[in-house]
Amino acid sequence: MKNQESGNKQPEAPAAVLLEDGTLYHGHGFGSPGAVFGEIVFNTGMTGYQEVVTDPSYHGQMVTFTYPLIGNYGVSTTANESDQVHSRAVIVREAHNLARNSTAEQGWIDWLSLQEVTGVAGIDTRALTRRIRSEGAMRAAVYWGDFSEAEMAARLEDTPSMAGQDLASRVTCAEPYEIEFLKGKHRVVVIDYGIKRSILKQLGAAGCNVTVLPAWATAEDVLAAEPEGVFLSNGPGDPAPLDYAVRCVEGLLGKVPVFGICLGHQILSMVLGLKTYKLKFGHRGVNHPVKNLERDRVEITSQNHGFAVELPEALAARLEARQTGGGSGEDTGTSAGPGKTFFEAPSAKELRLDTAFGAATISHLNLYDGTVEGIRCLDLQAFSVQYHPEASPGPHDSRYLFEDFVNDIVINKVKQA
Amino acid sequence: MPRRDDIHKIMLIGSGPIVIGQACEFDYSGTQACRVLLEEGYEVILVNSNPATIMTDPDFATRTYIEPLDVPTVSAIIELERPDALLPTLGGQTALNLATALYEAGVLDKYGVQLIGADYDAIQRAEERDLFRQAIERIGLRVPRSELAKSVKEACEKLENLKLPIIVRPSFTLGGFGGGIARDLDSFCRIVEEGVTASPIGQVLLEESVIGWQEFELEVMRDRADNVVIVCSIENVDPMGVHTGDSVTVAPAQTLSDVQYQRLRDASLAIIREIGVETGGSNIQFAMNPETEEIVVIEMNPRVSRSSALASKATGFAIAKIAARLAVGYTLDEIPNDITRKTPASFEPTIDYVVVKTPRWAFEKFPQVDTTLTTHMKSVGENMALGRTFKEAFMKSMRSRELDVEGDSEASTDELLATIAIPCAERYDLIMELLRRGVTARQIEDVTEINPWFLKEFAEIARHEAKLRGRELTDTKQPEPPGRALADLSEQDLRLAKQTGFSDAEIAGFTGSTEAEVRAARIAAGVIPVYKSVDTCAAEFEAETPYFYSCYDQENEARRSEREKVIILGSGPNRIGQGIEFDYCCVHAVMTSRDCGYEAIMVNCNPETVSTDYDISDRLYFEPLTLEDVLNVVENEQPKGVIVQFGGQTPLKIAEGLSKAGVPILGTPQDAIDLAEDRGRFGEVLRKLGIAHPPFGTARSLEEALDIAAGIGYPLLVRPSYVLGGRAMEIVYNQEDLERYIETAVRASPKHPILLDKFLEDAIEIDVDAVCDGEEVYIGAVMQHIEEAGVHSGDSACVIPTFSLAGRLVDRVREHTANLALELGVIGLINIQYAVKNDEVYVLEANPRGSRTVPFVSKSTGVPLAKVATRVILGEKLAAMDLPEEPVHPHVTVKEAVLPFSRLPGADTTLGPEMKSTGEVMGVATTFPIAFAKAQQGAGQTLPREGMIFLSICDADKPHLIPLGKKLHELGFSIVATAGTAEALKKAGVPARPVRKFTEGKPHVVDMILTGKIDLVVNTPRGRGARTDGYEIRRATLRTGIPCVTTMAGAEAAVAAIEASREPGIQLHTLQHLHGRPTHTS
Repeated sequence: MKNQESGNKQPEAPAAVLLEDGTLYHGHGFGSPGAVFGEIVFNTGMTGYQEVVTDPSYHGQMVTFTYPLIGNYGVSTTANESDQVHSRAVIVREAHNLARNSTAEQGWIDWLSLQEVTGVAGIDTRALTRRIRSEGAMRAAVYWGDFSEAEMAARLEDTPSMAGQDLASRVTCAEPYEIEFLKGKHRVVVIDYGIKRSILKQLGAAGCNVTVLPAWATAEDVLAAEPEGVFLSNGPGDPAPLDYAVRCVEGLLGKVPVFGICLGHQILSMVLGLKTYKLKFGHRGVNHPVKNLERDRVEITSQNHGFAVELPEALAARLEARQTGGGSGEDTGTSAGPGKTFFEAPSAKELRLDTAFGAATISHLNLYDGTVEGIRCLDLQAFSVQYHPEASPGPHDSRYLFEDFVNDIVINKVKQA
Repeated sequence: MPRRDDIHKIMLIGSGPIVIGQACEFDYSGTQACRVLLEEGYEVILVNSNPATIMTDPDFATRTYIEPLDVPTVSAIIELERPDALLPTLGGQTALNLATALYEAGVLDKYGVQLIGADYDAIQRAEERDLFRQAIERIGLRVPRSELAKSVKEACEKLENLKLPIIVRPSFTLGGFGGGIARDLDSFCRIVEEGVTASPIGQVLLEESVIGWQEFELEVMRDRADNVVIVCSIENVDPMGVHTGDSVTVAPAQTLSDVQYQRLRDASLAIIREIGVETGGSNIQFAMNPETEEIVVIEMNPRVSRSSALASKATGFAIAKIAARLAVGYTLDEIPNDITRKTPASFEPTIDYVVVKTPRWAFEKFPQVDTTLTTHMKSVGENMALGRTFKEAFMKSMRSRELDVEGDSEASTDELLATIAIPCAERYDLIMELLRRGVTARQIEDVTEINPWFLKEFAEIARHEAKLRGRELTDTKQPEPPGRALADLSEQDLRLAKQTGFSDAEIAGFTGSTEAEVRAARIAAGVIPVYKSVDTCAAEFEAETPYFYSCYDQENEARRSEREKVIILGSGPNRIGQGIEFDYCCVHAVMTSRDCGYEAIMVNCNPETVSTDYDISDRLYFEPLTLEDVLNVVENEQPKGVIVQFGGQTPLKIAEGLSKAGVPILGTPQDAIDLAEDRGRFGEVLRKLGIAHPPFGTARSLEEALDIAAGIGYPLLVRPSYVLGGRAMEIVYNQEDLERYIETAVRASPKHPILLDKFLEDAIEIDVDAVCDGEEVYIGAVMQHIEEAGVHSGDSACVIPTFSLAGRLVDRVREHTANLALELGVIGLINIQYAVKNDEVYVLEANPRGSRTVPFVSKSTGVPLAKVATRVILGEKLAAMDLPEEPVHPHVTVKEAVLPFSRLPGADTTLGPEMKSTGEVMGVATTFPIAFAKAQQGAGQTLPREGMIFLSICDADKPHLIPLGKKLHELGFSIVATAGTAEALKKAGVPARPVRKFTEGKPHVVDMILTGKIDLVVNTPRGRGARTDGYEIRRATLRTGIPCVTTMAGAEAAVAAIEASREPGIQLHTLQHLHGRPTHTS
């Protein structure tokens, strides 16, 4: 398929994005014709489009790429985060189909066509993004073909909203499976709420062999596999309805080291008594600064979540006082005032909380909006992060977390021995 | 970790004069740093020899020294000022090298000055090739295989371990100066020899060639808590082998997968940590083999660089400001991002547009120079364009170059393919032409190794063009008129054309219509541009800083405010004749407009400048400076008017079009501009005022020219009309010269006639900058040139105040200036050049706009002329401004030009009416000779105090020879001279040893120069000879760095300076003191 540019030579067929607030954006179709409905979100990464659309956490969503040129380096099997495209539609400013990068096996447009994914190009994606930013993530229709706006609007009405949806059970594996890695030394059970392949690879690289169980696995199911560590995966949708997952993790804490990412982090937080809420438009991109409060370091992180863990009120108030705010406009802007700092992050100690499982601390904070990015139990071995240390796409600043998890496993092994 | 309170006084070193490889980007970074440090309450001691910088405006530092950037001078300043710290990372390679030298000389230790930003060891690890290689290998990466050599012999021995082609890189030079690619043994020996000479430590690196690999750059920032972020990735469209400053580059990287990009990111983080750049920005260059994905590290700049300026402008991330804050102790998360103001600087910008930079060269001014692009940078400027697609950004950038559109090439397709195989200035124009001829992207890839993704984009542009023309992509000639008329284009066609980046003028060309017709049709069809913000975050957060670019998408973010506004047009890419001096004026115009209560809107496309810093103006439009693009901004903003007189010739060129479109021109009206530019009308004015001028004529053909020449007599100064920097200006001494000239000059500017002026030999040239408000004229300064008339004013050293002109003549100059400005109807700045000969004052030309001497005058006198002019333009009267009378000068300032010859191998170093300099320095002292000596020193031509002088004086200058020789003899110099000159000296009783000319065979003077026997050369040539003796002599001085004076007046000034510089001690003056300002201490 190399060198073909067929996708770019298709005649431009009108296609559109219709938001639930009635805003309509005209463009032209690529990939596969059709009409699809779901929550529309935007991702601000400039690379990694294939990883994004195959990430199960995007299940049921339609992704707008803010970077205008998408498809530049083609598509490669090794970049897949799952065996299918999960996002229902792809919205770009300009789609590219050249597959001349040394890793490319196929053109992006051709690949989406084969995957029967509807794409719209020629959209003012910045205008669309600004709309989503100001109005929040919302439902939308993406259509290419012979559809009337009225019909689309009506079907859009019937599309369920993301809040309250258990999507993890739809994307989890049907049957348990195991993977042995070259360096694998530790038995880890992965609970699959929609796991990305690169997480499994990182666990493998850190020295784990994995047994992957479906989302609905119980604590007994997990413990029956005699794990030395349990990993709670990422996944799509609202964490609130996942009672079964919460019950399972409740039965694991204190018995085996636990590590969670994204949805897994939200589940652990719920177990610790925290609440989750839907963010206005979520975090999706590869440039968010997160402060590791325990190590006093800033990590640039890969993000993909629409829900977040609520900071308990007392801690939120403590945080509020920290922000001095940006420049006044009179000065050079990069200052909070002579000698003043813009934001002085609290230490992890200041953000401690008591839970049914003993003391815990907020370990990571998002420096963009102060949202919770990580939590750690202090009296037992469990921690989780909201962002994606496995990256893919995104920076590798946080891969140490996989090492931390394995350290927990090793310490626990030593203790038990 | 908040701000450090253990340091109070910080010294900042600027980058000195503009040279190839180091342009106004360091004024931008230095200005930002100064502002930040003052704001933080530190005392800032600034040293920079370049007066044409915003950073050296007295408001931007506590004390400002416009002094030579060398160890003796800066040591003396350190001794006087006793700063706690020296910040060396914001003044380019000049500051970094000087800081290194100060450290090595023990000066920093002696006075307890701490290097902040990057310490000595880190600088060494990054700059010293072998240490760099070791550091890179320690972290599991590699640099191209390489060997070091200190001589040609050693290099040839090392050749055993390496294969040709080989890249030769001298250690410690900027812009790759002195290096090159050796493809065979001959060129290998030659380049090694040049490289060893160019390197301050006499060492070159012989490097495995990775020519043809893809080239990437990452801009990295680190704070002292070891947080690291990548600001931006930049991909070079030209593969490895072309210096990044000479490459078309694009941000962000377009052809890398996330996996590949993250590998470069990981490598960058590891490198900045291993090298140990403690705080601030660095630039790291990589080459990647497109087939195997193998990566090698090419180099790292442990400082803010040209690419940092580009990355700053491309993303909105204020690298220099943030680097300055990091240097004084803040961490990235303690600093707000000044675009969003609500998020911290500890993030990585993400952009939702494409940025393309294209370089601009000045080869037309240096006919003997090799125009091949190599690892040694040759461009003098650059532009940047933003678009929503690569095609749009690329096309905007191509038109931002402001080149005259060349017609299609006559060359065959095969010839063109051969031409583009070797990187050259016209490469992309020729690629586009080949694609139009139906050559495939693959064929072009085969010869250029340009990444196929870019070639696919170029091919799409060509396809769109063919569609608009209603034509096929083919080599065969197609019938005129074009296949499609403007009326045939639908709204969709027009929109697509604009989204592809075509200008109205280009569409007019495709459809056989005019630019105005296309504009009208487009607007009628509703195809008008919208403006998007540059916000660092792809719209994830609200942007507070209004920084815009145009595109043809749906939503317009640049909503008009209610305030009254003025638009100031910038000067576009730097070129010889139009550089930082004009940006300086533009920035002053913006600041003053803001002070006067207007919303100041800047339009410019030069990423190196202070004017394109988004917080200088109220609004910044990063747009090409074409009539179309400016009209679009005007329509979006509806200003009170447009200010065109500060950006040099660029805005003036479109002033007429703006005026015709009904846009008010603020300041000198269009008719007055025309009155000054039109020779016939201007002659009338002079006659009316009774002002003398050299006889002149205007010719539209060779016959006319010969007629005029017969009437006026030779020598003649000839030039095309409407040019800047003396483009194609020459002195012709006879009919043969004139005929040859007309053939080339007509080509130089086809639309305009040739001007012929009687050339006044041996006249003194005078420059005046003045402001006129229509009622009154304020004279900024009367400057006397050191070189006689005939040397372009931009290349001539000049002095304030005049040093050898009778008071009554100065008064006459002042009187003429006032009369002319008023008669022409100037509102704002005017620059007039005069020649004084035999007690007569002649007007040479008048330019009703800001000139390149405005910053020099402002620094010299303390009256900011461009600010005064802006107030006048906005309606204030001079009488109300309480300006000082032209001061009685307690000091003398000398401006000296800095020439790019050493960076353009083969160039003749003779000065003439065509401007060749890229930059300038200023010398300040209590007397003229000392000020002149300091200016020479600042320009890198430190005059000897003793030794041997070589004199070669042309016949016309012989009358001045004897006094000069006598003086030199008295000063103890030994003199060698060409036979004729030596004979004349001996007759007058001055001992002089004759030496053979180059053409007289060895041993000759060129050998003596090359072997370091000569300390100063005075060689006054006449006429233009390619391979004359003079040419070889001047080339030899260039290679050895020996000062070479090419005019008699220059020689006399040099001798006076040598005499004066024998007095002990170094005179130091702060600008604040010179201007009689209280220094603000904190």
